[in-house]
Amino acid sequence: MSAHLPALVVMAPLLAAVVVPLLGRRSPGAAHAVTLAALGFALAASSFLLSVVVANGVWRYAFAGWAPPWGIEYVLDPLSAGMMVLVSFLALATSIYAWSYLFASDPQRIGIFDSLYLLLVTGLLGIVATGDLFNLYVFLEISAIAAYALLSTGGERATVATFRYLLIGTVAASCYLLGVGFLYALTGTLNMADLTARLADVDDSTAKAAGIGLIVIGLAIKAALFPFHGWQPDVYTYAPPPVTGFVAAVMTKVSAYAIFRVLYFTLGGEPAAGSALVFLGWAGVIAILAGAWLALSQTDIRRMLAYSSVSQMGYIFFGFSLGSPIALVGALFHVLNHAVVKGCLFLVVGGVRWRTGASNVAEFVGMGRRLPLSMLAFAVAAVSLVGLPPTAGFFSKWYLLLGAFEAEAWIGVGAVVVSTGLSAVYFFRIFERAFVVTDDGLSSVRSNELPVGMLGPALVLAALVLLLGLFQQPLITHVLQRALPTAVS
Amino acid sequence: MRWPKCAVTDEMEGIWNSGTAEYFLTIVLLLVGLYGIVARQHFLRKLMAMNILQVAVIVFFITLSAKSGATVPVVIQDGHEINVASYVNPLPHALMLTAIVVSVSTTGVALALLIRIRRRYGTLSETILLAKLRE
Repeated sequence: MSAHLPALVVMAPLLAAVVVPLLGRRSPGAAHAVTLAALGFALAASSFLLSVVVANGVWRYAFAGWAPPWGIEYVLDPLSAGMMVLVSFLALATSIYAWSYLFASDPQRIGIFDSLYLLLVTGLLGIVATGDLFNLYVFLEISAIAAYALLSTGGERATVATFRYLLIGTVAASCYLLGVGFLYALTGTLNMADLTARLADVDDSTAKAAGIGLIVIGLAIKAALFPFHGWQPDVYTYAPPPVTGFVAAVMTKVSAYAIFRVLYFTLGGEPAAGSALVFLGWAGVIAILAGAWLALSQTDIRRMLAYSSVSQMGYIFFGFSLGSPIALVGALFHVLNHAVVKGCLFLVVGGVRWRTGASNVAEFVGMGRRLPLSMLAFAVAAVSLVGLPPTAGFFSKWYLLLGAFEAEAWIGVGAVVVSTGLSAVYFFRIFERAFVVTDDGLSSVRSNELPVGMLGPALVLAALVLLLGLFQQPLITHVLQRALPTAVS
Repeated sequence: MRWPKCAVTDEMEGIWNSGTAEYFLTIVLLLVGLYGIVARQHFLRKLMAMNILQVAVIVFFITLSAKSGATVPVVIQDGHEINVASYVNPLPHALMLTAIVVSVSTTGVALALLIRIRRRYGTLSETILLAKLRE
């Protein structure tokens, strides 16, 4: 049984996705219980896998007895297993939140919602686990199609936004697939490890560079890296809160992971991969500034958070492009930090809108009294996003800055500092309204907190932000440093 | 591949004979698809352009597998030495079967979205739709 664990982690949500819509017609509760069980299993199994690969090294799992490079294999190393833990943890937390949200509005739809949600999780786990370029494409599209269906459930505006996302997302996936085709034509293999070995014997050519370039552009669109972020703000603003909370937290990070995997592991020594990293680094620096600047001018908090995501993705890619161990640790830690933080922020903002109807900055006056615990979670996550100690955000930015100093990338250092200032401004204007501003009408306002099912996940994520900050040292030495490619560390 | 003689320039003839002509089909389809997605303002036309773009990638992969004078990759007679050059590469076909399934599912979801948009706003024209959304 445990020999097949890598496959079972991905299979569990997939199988549950088949069962859940059938159960959902009769009993929404049973359907959601199966969903939680499948996601709980995925979390437990991927945590176990992480502990195994940290102790014993890489675990390669070949499907159906076909030895790679002919068959498809899953490759679990501390990087992919760590990402699996992150994906399944946030999936579980958001799924608990989704129950309270959906049960109040439309219990009949829980079965369908959970089924799509499980397919989305399957796709993301598969992208992380696979060691095959074409398999990655398939999982990329599984997660994307499930995400289109889920995101469009937020109403008519969400449907229009999702259709435009669908067009852009498909162009991105086609770019990726075309790039894979170029590399396949050059080497005759789709297995990542085999490709590394064979590509070393192929002379540099425009075909090779074009293949790598197309793969990187396709994944960068999926990761919403500036200037490919155009689809993101509308989609994040209009989608239902449990979906935004998960998609904003994890989906773009998984695409960033795929770029990291391809450029550092599969194409480690290629000159074209180096050029791609330089391009990503500059795009990242511009994203850091542009995202923060655009976030500042938004009145809708959800849209502000979406632009803030553009900025935070910029940090991650800036870290990737620096390439030193300390910068890469910073970038990976930022992946972790931003996933937890953005998940928490979107869950709270969605909950606030659900309870009070407020989504503009101006409407947050006195929100600290009305929803004290939710706003506490919001504040902790926001402080981490700005990067104040002792939260996780401080350490990820600290390592990124150390890496940037080491590489003497002064423009990047400047961008990080300016964007930190801007993010402090756009969050503190919310803090001011929520906690500081008082007027006579507010003294009578009583606390009207979210239900436990929605508040709990938000508080857990906020606590995690603090825990990640406090225990960053063991986390970095035991997991993140082992997740780096051997050529770097 | 043998092409009928017609009034082509020497340069064009060079392209035909070098076996790269099929790649131009990919390029043309790719550009038609991208142009349609960007420039057309009716959502259904955008969706059709998206399909053309996906077909471009499928044609590209199928071209990779083609060999002159080769046949389907089924070994008919046992006992003979199997010569790789006499069989078409089956892998790109298998991959593209999956890609076609992906393309069909994406189109299905997209059409479902378009039905909902049309029911709510009564139009699929992007210009009119954006004007209505701004109200």
